[in-house]
Amino acid sequence: MNYPRIFTAIFIMALVTYIPRMFPLVFMKRKIQNRTIRSFLYYVPYAVLAAMTFPEILFSTASVISGMVGLLTALFLAYHNKGLLTVALGSTFTVFCAEQILKLLAL
Amino acid sequence: MKNTADLRFHAGMDRNAFAKGLKDGLPICMGYIPVSFTFGMMAIEKGLPVWIAMLISMSNFTSAGQFAGTALILSGGAYFEIAVTTFVINIRYMLMSLSLAQKVDSRMTLGQRSLLGFGITDEVFAVGMQQDHLVTASYLAGLIALPYLGWNLGTLMGSTTTGLLPLALQSALGIAIYGMFIAIIIPPARHCKPIAIVILISLLLSCFFRWMPGFGWLSSGWTIILCAVAASAFAAMRYPVDESDEGDVD
Repeated sequence: MNYPRIFTAIFIMALVTYIPRMFPLVFMKRKIQNRTIRSFLYYVPYAVLAAMTFPEILFSTASVISGMVGLLTALFLAYHNKGLLTVALGSTFTVFCAEQILKLLAL
Repeated sequence: MKNTADLRFHAGMDRNAFAKGLKDGLPICMGYIPVSFTFGMMAIEKGLPVWIAMLISMSNFTSAGQFAGTALILSGGAYFEIAVTTFVINIRYMLMSLSLAQKVDSRMTLGQRSLLGFGITDEVFAVGMQQDHLVTASYLAGLIALPYLGWNLGTLMGSTTTGLLPLALQSALGIAIYGMFIAIIIPPARHCKPIAIVILISLLLSCFFRWMPGFGWLSSGWTIILCAVAASAFAAMRYPVDESDEGDVD
C-alpha cells in the first residue's frame, strides 16, 4: 500500500469537496437584491434534489421493479406529508418486501 | 456597526436552536448509515484498511464524490484526474452554499462559516432551506452533528462487519437516501405550483441526459448542475418569488 500517495489523494479529495461548500458561505455574504437571482436560488434546492433522485432511484436497488415499488411508496408517503425518516424507511421496507416476492417468483 | 461584545453574544451558543438542529438532523443521520455502510464495505473489499476508509469519510463527508475519488485511488488514477472528477461531482455544492448563504444569520462569524461550510451536504442543505426562519450557527451546527456522526459510524460498521448485513437488506437500503429527497420535495410541491413545475422540468431533463444517446460523457455532477440551473432559471423568470414568500423575513 503506497500510503504517501493515498494520503495525498485523500487530501486533494477533501480540498475540492470543501472549497465549493465553504466559498460562497464565507465570501458571498451580501444579501442578493436582484429579484430574479433570489428566485433562482429559491428554486435551486428542489431542482437539485429532483435531478439527483430521478431516474437514479430506479437503479438504487437490486431491480428496477423493486426500485419502482420503492419510488411509488415514497411518493405516496411524501404526498401525505410523512416525515423524512418515515418516507425513507417506508420505501426501504416495501423494496425489501418486493425483492423477497420477486425472489420467490424467481424473476 | 455592532460592537464586539454584542457580536460575541449573538454568535454564542443557542441551546434551543442547537437542539432543534439535532432533532432535524436525526432522520438525515439514519439515512446516511446505510449509504456510508456501503462505502465502508466497498473500501474494505477493494483492499483498503479500515482506518483509511474512516479517514476518507471523516475528511470528505460526501457520498458521490467520495465513492468516485476512492474508486480512482484504487484504480491508480492520477492526482489531477482525482481532483477534477471529485470537483465536478461537487460543484453543485457551490450552488447550495450560495443559496444557503442567503438564508443564514448575517451575524454568523467567519470562523463559524468556514467550519460549518464543511458540513453542507445535499440533505443538510435541503433541510436547512426548509426552515421558516433564518439559519443560525447553533441550528446549523446541530443539524450537521448527527449526520456527520452517522456517516462515520456507518463507514466504521461497513468496513468492520462486512457480510454481516444480509444482501437483501443492503439492496433495500439503497433507496433510503432517495426516499429522503422525495420527502423533502413533494410536500412543498403540493402547495406551490412553480415548485412542482421546477421539479418536473429538472426530472425530465435528468432523464433526458441519462437515456438520450450521445450524452454518456456527461458526468453525474454536470448533469445535476445543468438540470438544476435550467429548471431554476426558467422558474425564476416565469414565476419570480417575492421576498415575503420565501419565509425568511429579516
